[in-house]
Amino acid sequence: MISTIGWIIIWVGVFFDLLGAIGLIRFPDVYNRLQASTKCVTLGTVGIMLGIFLIKGFTPMGIKALICTAVLLLTSPVAAHALMRGSLHFGTKMWKGTILDTYGTDKLGGEQIEREDT
Amino acid sequence: MRYVVYFVIAFCLWLLLTLSVNLDHLVAGVIVVLLGTIFFGGYFTDKPIKFLQLHRLIWFIIYIPFFLWYMVKANIDVAYRVLHPERPIKPGIVKIRTILKTNIGKVFLANSITLTPGTMTCDVEGDYLYIHWIWVQSPDLEEASKIIASRFERFLRRIFE
Repeated sequence: MISTIGWIIIWVGVFFDLLGAIGLIRFPDVYNRLQASTKCVTLGTVGIMLGIFLIKGFTPMGIKALICTAVLLLTSPVAAHALMRGSLHFGTKMWKGTILDTYGTDKLGGEQIEREDT
Repeated sequence: MRYVVYFVIAFCLWLLLTLSVNLDHLVAGVIVVLLGTIFFGGYFTDKPIKFLQLHRLIWFIIYIPFFLWYMVKANIDVAYRVLHPERPIKPGIVKIRTILKTNIGKVFLANSITLTPGTMTCDVEGDYLYIHWIWVQSPDLEEASKIIASRFERFLRRIFE
């Protein structure tokens, strides 16, 4: 019974990982792609890890999966944040449909939004 | 004091990872954890007594399922935007203000914002956070703060302040 639930959670995780990959292709610029990939891939991988924990129980492998979950939840948003801040400072333009950019006007001296005429 | 707490926490983590009380493993663990403590203990929190305050732990345990629920909601939200044929996005960077004062509180707030529906932290500057929002509901500072941050601040204020 518990093992069945574990397999279901693993497949839900794989599904969300797939959605993250599709989002990486469909969204228009770096920032939106980071949104899709970070959220979906984090939950997907956490799902896979929790599934492994449910199947294996309190064995060395299960405990390691649980620790992986905690570490992943703490580090993956930090990595995404670093990538996003890095690309903002590098000067990667945002998609033309972006409606406002307070970071650009406050810190980088002008909006970093791609326009048709430029 | 903070070095001792760091050592104890790191050693517990080591025990969980190896899951054996074999003498070899214990000695190797003590050496590795000591090295880690010497190098990184200085970056640890100033007031380790906070780890022993029970009400903080209880709020943290309440916070975990709350946070996981918002994470699942975030993923359904992204799934909707990815699979919708017209790709309904209206992105922008808004600025919000936080009431949290401690660094660790701000870190957790920024991480929570990154993993919840449509929002992602770009930068932190004092009390202000810059948020990339995939569907901007309000460009106004106060209103955006209320929508994005207040639901987490309720918990994080009690855990870390």
